Amino acid sequence: MSTSAEQTSPLVSLRDVRFAYGEREVLRGIDLSVHRGQVVAIMGGSGCGKTTLLRLIGGQLRATAGTVEVEGRNVARLSGKALYALRRRMGMLFQFGALFTDMSVHDNVAFPLREHTDLPADMIHDLVLMKLQAVGLRGAAKLHPNELSGGMARRVALARAVALDPMLILYDEPFAGLDPISLGIIGQLIRRLNDALGASSVMVTHDVHESLAIVDYIYFVSDGRIVAQGTPAEIRASSDPFVHQFVNAEADGPVPFHYPAPPIDSLLNAEGA
Amino acid sequence: MNAIASALRRIGALTIDGIWRLGFATRFLLAVLMNSGQSLRRIHLTIRELYFSGVLSLLIIVVSGLFVGLVLGLQGYDILQRYGSADAVGVMVALSLLRELGPVIAALLFASRAGSAITAEIGLMKATEQLKAMDMMAVNPIARVVAPRFWGGVLSMPLLAALFSAMGIFGGWLITVAVIGVDDGAFWSQMQAAVEFEYDVMNGVIKSAVFGTVVSLIAVFEGYDCQPTAEGVSRAITRTVVTSALAILALDFVLTSFMFRG
Repeated sequence: MSTSAEQTSPLVSLRDVRFAYGEREVLRGIDLSVHRGQVVAIMGGSGCGKTTLLRLIGGQLRATAGTVEVEGRNVARLSGKALYALRRRMGMLFQFGALFTDMSVHDNVAFPLREHTDLPADMIHDLVLMKLQAVGLRGAAKLHPNELSGGMARRVALARAVALDPMLILYDEPFAGLDPISLGIIGQLIRRLNDALGASSVMVTHDVHESLAIVDYIYFVSDGRIVAQGTPAEIRASSDPFVHQFVNAEADGPVPFHYPAPPIDSLLNAEGA
Repeated sequence: MNAIASALRRIGALTIDGIWRLGFATRFLLAVLMNSGQSLRRIHLTIRELYFSGVLSLLIIVVSGLFVGLVLGLQGYDILQRYGSADAVGVMVALSLLRELGPVIAALLFASRAGSAITAEIGLMKATEQLKAMDMMAVNPIARVVAPRFWGGVLSMPLLAALFSAMGIFGGWLITVAVIGVDDGAFWSQMQAAVEFEYDVMNGVIKSAVFGTVVSLIAVFEGYDCQPTAEGVSRAITRTVVTSALAILALDFVLTSFMFRG
């Protein structure tokens, strides 16, 4: 990203964030910044706490320790009303779209506009068609979510997430379960919409190659900590063993193939005896 | 000894869990009431739920009411004619339905038909992250999804119970007057003389309003509180029907003991 963006204060900043589900600590001291205009990816294996990070930024969870700031405001300290005011300026794309199944595609995209604005019906209709046009699905406006493919549902959800022209867009596994064509389309849309809206994006994913092509900065999370970070070029050139294992999809490495267990030799010897 | 200890522990855990859920349900009810403004301001949201809970339950209520009335007519005639009071069959049918069977059976049917559907819908919305998505769009799911369904249920229940009783009385008339040949004038005039509006009809309406509130609360609470998995939703639906049935029958006893002391 440009240096001018680096110089301004970050839109999202996490400082020494810790989080535990009961006794189980999933985040152990995360420092992370998202500057205005950037698309940032948070990567890591399944269950490493990536989605938890996204929920902390959206204010759905509160950190056990540390601070999560969006636009310089501590999300955990916001009142319910102030948090909703902040969320009106955020969009979130859920893993499987989370479209409202009792509404048409058109009404799904219109939902945030109808809830938060007093715009006349015909203007909302025009805005919805513009958003659907941006994701290439204007022709699907009358369909229902059960008539859409996985990739189409994700695009509709993306149109809904940007309906109110948010300053920050959060993506939870936007590429999960998509065919290569849909995957490329979603990747390009994420970049294009971010730049067109002048927004910032945080994307939680484990799809390395698609992400390297579109993001400005990447954080790798493992075992609740950030183990590596950098621009796509830095990540590609990295000699860090974790990054190497992740980018090259190697079965064994710093992230072990085997779940912890006693050595197999001891079992074989015991059976032989 | 160990078996006794573990049984005691289990009873203790179940008791604590039960009390905890009751407390949680009470807090949930308060949250629903506090977030009910939108259900009134945007009345079309509540009317839509009134349609799903009330109008779509009409068929089962009308048909069941009719059959219950037919059976009451037959049984009532069989017993009363032994004492030479067959003309009083209208009174028996009307009082049984207005005081007890109308509110209770309509509420049991309502819990199975509409309550289970409400739990399933909210539970599936939770399982597919639709409630979370709404919350992330700064729209309170309790105000937008739960409260209209709750009020839809509360409003439709007394109407359905009244319809059930009306159909039952019609069924009783059909079998005793039109088929068996009990005197038409005696059937209606004795009913008119014996049924008191405030004592019989209004107490029945109060019962059905209480059942409607309880069943609707159980249905929305179980849906909102369920585990967000296929198994969790199915368990929640079962709990809605079972808990509603038990609550209706237990509350009916309590209300009857206060209302009809003779």
